[in-house]
Amino acid sequence: MSDTPSATAELKLPKDLAAEKGLVNVQIDGIWHQFPKGTRMIEACRQAQVIVPHYCYHPKLSSPGNCRMCLVQMGMPPRPAPGQEPQRDENGYEIIGWMPRPVIACANTIGENMGIRTTGELVEKCREGVMEFLLINHPLDCPICDQAGECRLQEQSVQHGRGVSRFVDMKVKKPKNVEIGPRIRLDDERCIMCSRCIRFMDEVASDPVLGFTQRGTHTTLTVHPGRLLDSNYSLNTADICPVGALTSNDFRFQMRVWFLKETPGIDVNCGTGTNITIWTRGNKIHRITPRLNDEVNSAWMPDSHRLNFHYIDGEARLTEPLERGTGILPVSSVPSFSTTTWPAAIASAAAKIKATPAAQTAIIASGRMTNEELFLTRALAAEIGTGQLALVPRFAEADALLIAADRNPNTTGAKLVLGTEDPFAHLDSIREGVRNGSIKSLIVLGDDLITDAGFTTEDLGKLDFLLQTSVLANPTAEQAHIVLPSAAFAEKRGSMVNLAGRLQRLNRAVEPQGQAHDDWEILRDLLLAISGDTNQVHQIEDVFKVLAENVPAFNGLTLSKIGHQGTQIADTGYQIPLLANERARKAAGLING
Amino acid sequence: MAVVKLQRPKLNFGEKIYFGALIKGFFLTMTHAVKSLRGKSVGADELASSGLGVTMQFPEQRWDEHLPEYYRGAPTLVTDEQGRERCVSCQLCEFICPPKAIKIVPSEIPSDDPWVKVEKRPLEFEIDMIRCIYCGMCEEVCPEQAIYLRKDYLITGLKRADMVHDKKKLYEIGGTRAGLVNKWNELK
Repeated sequence: MSDTPSATAELKLPKDLAAEKGLVNVQIDGIWHQFPKGTRMIEACRQAQVIVPHYCYHPKLSSPGNCRMCLVQMGMPPRPAPGQEPQRDENGYEIIGWMPRPVIACANTIGENMGIRTTGELVEKCREGVMEFLLINHPLDCPICDQAGECRLQEQSVQHGRGVSRFVDMKVKKPKNVEIGPRIRLDDERCIMCSRCIRFMDEVASDPVLGFTQRGTHTTLTVHPGRLLDSNYSLNTADICPVGALTSNDFRFQMRVWFLKETPGIDVNCGTGTNITIWTRGNKIHRITPRLNDEVNSAWMPDSHRLNFHYIDGEARLTEPLERGTGILPVSSVPSFSTTTWPAAIASAAAKIKATPAAQTAIIASGRMTNEELFLTRALAAEIGTGQLALVPRFAEADALLIAADRNPNTTGAKLVLGTEDPFAHLDSIREGVRNGSIKSLIVLGDDLITDAGFTTEDLGKLDFLLQTSVLANPTAEQAHIVLPSAAFAEKRGSMVNLAGRLQRLNRAVEPQGQAHDDWEILRDLLLAISGDTNQVHQIEDVFKVLAENVPAFNGLTLSKIGHQGTQIADTGYQIPLLANERARKAAGLING
Repeated sequence: MAVVKLQRPKLNFGEKIYFGALIKGFFLTMTHAVKSLRGKSVGADELASSGLGVTMQFPEQRWDEHLPEYYRGAPTLVTDEQGRERCVSCQLCEFICPPKAIKIVPSEIPSDDPWVKVEKRPLEFEIDMIRCIYCGMCEEVCPEQAIYLRKDYLITGLKRADMVHDKKKLYEIGGTRAGLVNKWNELK
């Protein structure tokens, strides 16, 4: 290095270059990286794509550092003696003095010129030692354990385990198959005391019912006496459990995870639009788990939403187009209906709609429809020539985390696509019109008017024509003249906008049951049957393309551009409460992610 | 690659009309025919001949006692000495099965069952014997020593459904197998 001041100004040291950006230099496995100050070592390694095996660390939870699996070797430059210049290598980094003992990567933050070694003899020996301790009392019941296949203990036992146990004494017996909550089963023998579930219930769900009792090898995870793990977020503990100690009653013994195909999707039970992974085998959904999205749901989701998928292949599912009166095959449960074919049903519906004057026709759409479906609904209303188009509002109590008061997943999208601030405005006038007979023909898309919109059986009985598209049989469908089976949220593609204005995608995880059709195809066919045009729209991408051209908020987007994490397209000012909590905890340095 | 030109052998007149070879062959065949009629075929004893030639008259006569120890016949499920069905429906055989012949529906063992601590067992276990290729991977992969290839090879049926072995049938063929590792003992 030169002594002249001008030369030193040109040759800035790496630590100064990093400090200008508020970063620090860290050497991970021999390669220098830069990270923001205060990052945990394990997080820095993850960002550098170096895997540090761990159990207790979770980026969304605090780090107690109790599993000891993430031990790595750390080094810092030695403190120079008074008057001594620090030794530097040719790139200007100080020479690292490696510590002889390992440190845990999850609870230590990085510092300037720090070195981390995630491989090497010391680290390998530590991992092997920790694995051997963890497996001392672990029951070898992987064949019956639901976690098998996605078990960290299994994975790391393959990498760092011994294969055989040197432990000759009896294994410690602990409670097995404990019902600690309505949706969760606990097996204490499998527990490795990582305390993730305890921290989750305390820090995220704010319902600290879990805790450890006893000491040493007898440490046992238990639920507080007199309490149950009955929070609506309890199933998240099964997700984050690195072993099979906590398992979901709903998914218990249903299917091994290695058979399941993962499809990214979004939850449609409320306006939050929680990101989910749909796990399917063949045409059956086996479970739904939350998918990480820091702008929507973090890594969590409520149990009530997660378990709301069994209806898709349930008893009440509609699988055939139905028409009132004589048809191909009478439906045994509702004798006034008979099954029909799609072309016949669409033609019949179009004829009925065309026969009614536009002023006497109304459309009630649903906030559960995708943007593409709402766009086609708008086109349908324009084709018929009616301005009577409304959505059914569905509001219920919100919780302080992820469940929004608005139970329609796409209210924001409806506002954008239909170009109105209040898409529910016409509902009352339509209901009034049906009651006083000024509306004779009603098209109901997806929603159940009798349960959700204040209609009665008598009201609907006054109609000359009622068309219903629905996933499930419902009281409104029983009053309908034509019932068209549509696709459930896991069976269709499309996009929705959540309450915070984030455009997100639905993906098809399973094929629609029976004869059920995609909603957008039903609307397109109906539209074509009424207008008599030839079909120009063959894929949902085509619909989105037209939508993007016509609705300003969607300009320049395509379905594939939305991405798995969604795209912010509107600023509604809505705050997801859970994210506010999480950001506050992150700002306070309690968590990393 | 170098081209090697082969020289065809030069045949003399006798070889060219090949009549001598025909007669030679005829006598060889007749020698064996006579031996066979006299019940003295070569290898008749080792091949368990039914008297005429070396042919075994299947199905009246069976090869069964000659089957080697490692013979791979129909895959079956076994119970142990305590009468416990060993399968815990981990579905590894279903996963490994190359022709996808195995279908398992897992279920939880009810709380009043003596083996409730095992927690899991198959509700349905089906092996489609039309698909099965007798490779033995299911036996190899089984972590509970529950599935074994037995020496049954006569799997017949009049329709496809007959060829699907259900749980009952599989235990019937499999029977009891003693001396296996007892993982679910009283210490468990």
